[in-house]
Amino acid sequence: MMNEQTIPPVHQPPDPKNWVAMYADYLFAYTITRIQDEEQARDLVQETFLAGLQGLQKYAGKSSERTWLTGILKNKIIDVYRKKSSGLKTQEINTADGEVLDFFNGTDGHWKQEHRPQNFGLNDFDPLANKELNQVLQRCMRKLPALWLSVFTMKHMDDEETDVVCAELRISSANFWVIIHRAKLNLRACLQKNWM
Amino acid sequence: MSDFKDIIYNCRQATYLIEKRELIKLTFKEQIELRMHLVGCDMCKLYVKQSRKINEMVKQLLKSDMRHTIRLDDDFKNALQTQIDDQLNKN
Repeated sequence: MMNEQTIPPVHQPPDPKNWVAMYADYLFAYTITRIQDEEQARDLVQETFLAGLQGLQKYAGKSSERTWLTGILKNKIIDVYRKKSSGLKTQEINTADGEVLDFFNGTDGHWKQEHRPQNFGLNDFDPLANKELNQVLQRCMRKLPALWLSVFTMKHMDDEETDVVCAELRISSANFWVIIHRAKLNLRACLQKNWM
Repeated sequence: MSDFKDIIYNCRQATYLIEKRELIKLTFKEQIELRMHLVGCDMCKLYVKQSRKINEMVKQLLKSDMRHTIRLDDDFKNALQTQIDDQLNKN
């Protein structure tokens, strides 16, 4: 039995009763921008709170409650990425080209006429002020193959080290660069197509 | 020299290097190759700008007003709250 008085005073006692009110929307938004699947995002938020409850003793009050919960959530999101992408890797990289389009001529590597970048005003928009553009962007992200989206968001949204992304998703660094390149080509093309 | 010739006309390779450059330092050879390509290729020059803009947009997706518009519905939150309360009462 644990004697309450021996527990060292924590800087900031956890307050799970208020978690839903304080953090549920934040954690949900955090998840949805990364996995683009509402149903799964809800599940992850729920799992995060439950894992948090079970790990209450581990919360030392060193970081804010929100940071701590976000850390738990982040690991769960990586698990999802991993599950979605395992086994599909080579297949996706090979077949996606056929489906998703090849933007360049096979012989000389020039842009194909119909895929050439055009000025569609992207750089004039203030993304903070432009909700619609953000929505188009998210729709375009959702079209990417799961593994590509995972690599892309871990790198560009979460600023993870390349080594970490490769290790977590179990891909080679050569594949990492191929994916980063193709994901961006497809995103850009999708924005151009849907925003012009 | 044939290597250089390849990249000067190859937009596939150039865009690959452009993406790489955003994240790590290119080798000296790659830097030269890319620079030579960009001198003569307006399409890839535009690609550079658009690609950076997309990075910027993705980075601030979460910070944008999305955070205020994406919300969990109350039913789900209430169910969640009940679940947490149950757990807390068990302990």
